[in-house]
Amino acid sequence: MANKHIVIDPITRIEGHMRIEAVIDDATNTVVDVFCSSTMFRGIETILKGRDPRDCGLMAMRICGVCTVTHFQRSIEAVENAFNVQVPANARLMRNLIQGALFMHDHLVHYYHLHSLDWVDVISALDADPHAAATEAAKWANVAGETPWTADAAIFSAMKERLAKFVAKGRLGIFGNGYWGNSSYKLTPAQNLVAITHYFQALEVQRDLGQMMTIIGGKDPHPQSLVVGGITSINDIRDPERMKLFRDLALRVRQFIKGAYIPDMYMLAQMYKDEMSAGSGAGLKSFLVYGGFPLNDGPIEQAAKLFPGGIVHNGDLTKVTDFDPALVTEDVTHAWYAAPSPEHPSVGTTTPDYTGFKNITNGVAYLDTDNKYSWIKSPLYDDQRVEVGPLARMIVGYARGDVRIKGYVDNFITRANITVDHLYSSAGRTIGRALESELMSDIITDWVDELNTNIASGDLTSWTKFDFNAVSQNAQGYGVEEAPRGALGHWIRIENGKVANYQAVVPSTWNAGPRDHLGRLGAYEESIKGLKVANINEPLEILRTVHSFDPCIACAVHVVDTRGKELGSFKVDPICGL
Amino acid sequence: MEKDLAIQKSIFSKISGIDTNKGDDFYEDLYKRCEERIDALQAVNPFTEDELEEVLVEEGYNRRDFMKWVSATTAMLMLPGFFEPLVAKTVQVLNRVPVIWINLQDCAGNSEAFLRTDGPTVDELILEIISLEFHELLMAPSGEHAEQQLENAMTTFKNEYLLFVEGAIPTAENGIYGTIGTSGETYVDHLVRLSADAKAIVAVGTCATFGGIPAAAPNPTGARGVMDIVSNKPIVNIPACPANPANMLGVILLYAMTGELPELDSLLRPKFAFGYRIHDACERRVHFDAGEYVEEWGDASAQAGHCLYKMGCKGPVTFNNCPTVKYNRGTSWPVAAGHGCIGCSEPGFFDKFDRFEAPTPFNPNYNPASDFQIAAGIGLFAAYKTATQEESAQEGYHGE
Repeated sequence: MANKHIVIDPITRIEGHMRIEAVIDDATNTVVDVFCSSTMFRGIETILKGRDPRDCGLMAMRICGVCTVTHFQRSIEAVENAFNVQVPANARLMRNLIQGALFMHDHLVHYYHLHSLDWVDVISALDADPHAAATEAAKWANVAGETPWTADAAIFSAMKERLAKFVAKGRLGIFGNGYWGNSSYKLTPAQNLVAITHYFQALEVQRDLGQMMTIIGGKDPHPQSLVVGGITSINDIRDPERMKLFRDLALRVRQFIKGAYIPDMYMLAQMYKDEMSAGSGAGLKSFLVYGGFPLNDGPIEQAAKLFPGGIVHNGDLTKVTDFDPALVTEDVTHAWYAAPSPEHPSVGTTTPDYTGFKNITNGVAYLDTDNKYSWIKSPLYDDQRVEVGPLARMIVGYARGDVRIKGYVDNFITRANITVDHLYSSAGRTIGRALESELMSDIITDWVDELNTNIASGDLTSWTKFDFNAVSQNAQGYGVEEAPRGALGHWIRIENGKVANYQAVVPSTWNAGPRDHLGRLGAYEESIKGLKVANINEPLEILRTVHSFDPCIACAVHVVDTRGKELGSFKVDPICGL
Repeated sequence: MEKDLAIQKSIFSKISGIDTNKGDDFYEDLYKRCEERIDALQAVNPFTEDELEEVLVEEGYNRRDFMKWVSATTAMLMLPGFFEPLVAKTVQVLNRVPVIWINLQDCAGNSEAFLRTDGPTVDELILEIISLEFHELLMAPSGEHAEQQLENAMTTFKNEYLLFVEGAIPTAENGIYGTIGTSGETYVDHLVRLSADAKAIVAVGTCATFGGIPAAAPNPTGARGVMDIVSNKPIVNIPACPANPANMLGVILLYAMTGELPELDSLLRPKFAFGYRIHDACERRVHFDAGEYVEEWGDASAQAGHCLYKMGCKGPVTFNNCPTVKYNRGTSWPVAAGHGCIGCSEPGFFDKFDRFEAPTPFNPNYNPASDFQIAAGIGLFAAYKTATQEESAQEGYHGE
């Protein structure tokens, strides 16, 4: 028995570059150890110090060009929390609308363009009979109880032709350079053709979601219509034509989610049932939800939430505890920072302490895994490692008996003939995201209607006045919410009208953090450990699991063995094949 | 305040901008040279097999959609209407233009901007036919294999490729705040190496141009813009956060059409995009002139769509084409959404406009010289001088 130490670098993410090093047992092809590292640092928390708290939102949103809306809102809410300012109903609804669109955008693009090719063998689709594909599309939509988005053999036939042409021309690089034929792919040719057809159709649908965000955000990414105390785009939300456009776009998106995305998940659950029952990629099975999308007005911590907060440990749905922001800490034992860890974010520090790689052998650098090895801190909740994200929201909501969430989950597991336990897997994480998209697509039009009704009643309030000089002298606050990828919080302390300290604890920190002070693995690490790879030169299963957490942008992954010799390389390059 | 306002108004009421009509002789001459350039490009073997016509048909667009886009783009580039057929022709030969795109200290906002949802769909189709040899974030594997791929592109297209850079470059502590690939090359080394054989460099977004948010005080990582690092290559800056994809495409188009970089201002920004202040083309301008201002968020003036000057709009001192090009299918832009411009395309963004909601002049302690101090460390001046010299050494459309 020999172990092979492979370097996968980078798994590119918007927060910077990500590297995974895995030790794989040659005899069993099982991942026996794994380390996850981020190799880029900007210091935005430090830059925010000393600034006007009202400017923070516009700066903090630039932490990320993808979940930019969520950072913008949380930063502003942290300041509102510090100032004890409650936003008017129009602002709450508008913030929910823009973030709701962001959720669906992120999820759609993630599944189809960043993740689906871990499950879907594109080249296999070239062998498909378009009529069989039409039958498949109708079948899974039928399981979902919906009308299929596309069940026309002519469309599948055209897609097959187009695909053949792409492959022949090498136009979509990914299609020519994937792990096609890997035994870990399970879909039939016809099913693959259905999935890849939806991949292209989703490209168009996601543009609708971008436009929805711009209608009330002014632009996207990095919208600009939120301020401490409310919103600025009152004229957009009181314009019936504009809100009708928003609603029409939302309805089209919903149709796609119900007629394509959800049916694709039934297909996935059926074909990858073995992987799900084996708990492949399950990871920590402990889930944290800060809570998100306030459904009524008043102090945000008291409002009913679309996604209730809470913690479920070890997959035990019988016990769920309330989220207490006081129990969040960040540990830097294995991160490139100096701190008397673990620290609560309200007093947290960001002091770089870079110790570099352990050694470079044949041009390949190796992480110093006994010591510090990442620019990501290791957040802890009540000194426990937890996972955050859409699956966490579904599980915590389920455990809480939330009628809405339980409805979507129960409906799915019943029709798919699986159990909740099956969701503790890479496929389950992916399904959780789709269920959340469906839920969002159903409720977002209600919010449009609620907003229209409120405006029609004559309430044009868009901002709550406050006396900045009075409230900003010595204040402290936080904004905790849910981003598409999971729990996202900003903590702020203000002295004499200026930011005295600023810390953000975000989804990628929770999930991608390195080991902690007790040597416990982060969510990515724990999920990858124990994976069995069908082919050691094609670690498709590692990619599938990492991607199930939602990498924001296409990944390019490179694998070398310990001697620096190239074992293989693959690309997951989804968008437009640029 | 009223007196100050009166003074400000007298200044801001003057129209800034560039000479949009250079005379018949100039355009006729330019037209001829562009034709020659396009003929020359047509003779080159395409680097990618994709032809625009085919892509348009495959994606379900017709000639009419395309020509509508051509008209809008010709206008955006500040060219007379009779250039339209030339612009259309140029797009057809874009598959002869090699582009390498790298990501450094970024948030991916610029990549997102054109991939996610921005711009008319035709933009995206065109981006598909460009010979994009390398896009770290999107297509190329990293590590040794990526370096090999990059080497190939750099060798094949030596002195021909446009290098697009997204993100700032951390220079503190020998560049440890950003490393790339299995060997751990710093971003500084990476950029310098890739610049050497580039025809020109296009810095995309405010981070790559002026350092952006990572370079804001106290600049913990010593972040800088491309022109602070690279000193002997022509550079085009397309600032804004994120840069408008229409402007990215405009630069590529003009380069393909003329064989030269577009006409640049003193900060190396293309004049077609940054020749005017936001204020000059703002849809709320009439309210500025009429003295109708929003005084606080959500007041009656805000509901009436009045001018955002008193709420801190930086439109009067920010150069960009947001009001005309807009975002996401031309759907909106920040001022339309009721928030003042925050000057995201200006050098010193963040520090210069500290206090976004305070009326201009904003930060009384701000020292304009610090725009240049930002770059003092690594020879901005040299870079800047070389670039402008190269610029002025080129003739025609470009020179002024």
